[in-house]
Amino acid sequence: MSGPKFPPQADDPSSFATQSSDATETSQANDRPATKGITRRGFLKGAGVAAAGTALLEGAQVFTREAVAATRREHDGVKEFGPGAIPVALLVNGKEHTLQIEPRTTLADALRVHLGMTGTKVVCDRGPCSGCTVLMDDMPVNSCMTLAMDAIGHQVTTIEGLQSEGELHPVQAAFVKHDAMQCGFCTPGMVMTCSALLKKNSHPTEDDVRQATAGNLCRCGTYPRIFAATLEAAGVSGKESIRNA
Amino acid sequence: MNQFVFADCTTESGALAQLSQNAKDGIVVKAGGIDLLDRMKEGLESPTKLVNIRNISSLRGIRETPEGLHIGPLTTLTEISEHPLIQSQYTIFSDACGNAATPHIRNMATLGGNLLQENRCWYFRSKDYQCLRKGKEICFAFGGLNQYHSIMDYGSCPAVAPSSAAVGLLGLNATVELTSAKRGKRVVGIKDLYVMPEANPTKFNVVEPDELLTAVMIPKPAAGTRSAYQKYGEKQSFDWAIADAGVVLEMDGNVCRRAVVTMGAASPVVRRSPQAEAALVGKPITEETARAAGKASMEGAQPLSMNAYKVQMFPVAIYRTVLLAAGQMGRDPRAAG
Repeated sequence: MSGPKFPPQADDPSSFATQSSDATETSQANDRPATKGITRRGFLKGAGVAAAGTALLEGAQVFTREAVAATRREHDGVKEFGPGAIPVALLVNGKEHTLQIEPRTTLADALRVHLGMTGTKVVCDRGPCSGCTVLMDDMPVNSCMTLAMDAIGHQVTTIEGLQSEGELHPVQAAFVKHDAMQCGFCTPGMVMTCSALLKKNSHPTEDDVRQATAGNLCRCGTYPRIFAATLEAAGVSGKESIRNA
Repeated sequence: MNQFVFADCTTESGALAQLSQNAKDGIVVKAGGIDLLDRMKEGLESPTKLVNIRNISSLRGIRETPEGLHIGPLTTLTEISEHPLIQSQYTIFSDACGNAATPHIRNMATLGGNLLQENRCWYFRSKDYQCLRKGKEICFAFGGLNQYHSIMDYGSCPAVAPSSAAVGLLGLNATVELTSAKRGKRVVGIKDLYVMPEANPTKFNVVEPDELLTAVMIPKPAAGTRSAYQKYGEKQSFDWAIADAGVVLEMDGNVCRRAVVTMGAASPVVRRSPQAEAALVGKPITEETARAAGKASMEGAQPLSMNAYKVQMFPVAIYRTVLLAAGQMGRDPRAAG
């Protein structure tokens, strides 16, 4: 397999290094592995960081005074951050990433826009569809309705972090085997939810799977295959081989 | 979402000091953040500062006391619905929390946030409609789309009470503790926590801007108490209730000594139905008395142009939940959850 590594340069911290200015973020986008011409993903990412840069500049004008003193003021157990970008460390898929974000950044945006991990999908952006599911300390949450600030100090697992040493997670493998998707937009969220269920309950019934995925919407209606895949993953992998990481 | 200062608090006193600094201008408390982020993303609110109380560990957890239960407002809906003691002794409450929203939202959403969330009327939730609840003259629901709105006691605004946890807590006669840095603590019953629209259309609850909800207390149920909660919606999972019912029965052998029937999506604040309760007290719980209670609950109902179906739904929801509480019927497979 050739082509860009995904996520791009995940093991090279410099490519994810924190940049606060428009210029550096754009150049970061340009430094991505060479692909021929303009790719859809490359274009969208470039447009995204350009927009983020503009918002940052506007913010800087409005909140100049606060931005200067933005880093922290502490009193009686209260630390204030922002409104401008501040350095934040997030533990994602077992690796610590330092990034420069505004407090209003959602976890979904921190992952997708700042860390380039676009495996997490934002669908409804309000909570009810669970398309953006990631795990925080093994608990499924909606990353679109979670501020990145609230993920500090927690272990975040995304779809990119589910496989180990190039081998698919049993739930991922079972989804492939059962063709448990059509358009695929709900799939990362579904897989995260089902993997979290198996970690909590290694021998679920179909009703347990239904309950766990009660918030994950699939517009294509592949639920029967999702249930079958998850049950098979439970049976095949058993208690022992379900990853602990 | 607009930019804001994020004041991350680790102590109750620190958070209260933040709220008392400048109680009026754009300072908002953030716990789980689900309803707040929703309002901010919709452009309904643009706070300048979020006082994050989510990391105050003293406001989290479930404690058994001689009087009953003491629950920290930051306890999540999942933690409440999975708690063995709440499941067995306070079933109405665990089921009300366990059937709200989606599993993922319940992992994040807190009890305090659920109780103090704002209403879900689509006119209120759209920044394009300047309605009565936003301090303007007009309610759009009366003459507009109102299939999910109130059927009783709505006065000037028929938006329904959104909190299902409150349906459980009202049934158990719970109270909440509100704390202010200046005025100290006060205890308010769940029934007095909410404000009727005609009293003040722009205020959903009695919590003042400098106050924090610091505890929820539930008295220990009397011996022989059984309870249940069921929610009915358009979808089997994750939707808002279009009718939900909570039932608490204190039984004396076969005879019902005391009954509490609560309803969620019927009126602008969670309500008890004295008529339904009267139909049960002093009688054995049978299909007949349960049906009578359901029917009695709709006394005085005045449905709007599109929600007369709710007048049919509540009696069934109450009938089935009375029998579930009495142990005479299993969970309704048609109930949402």
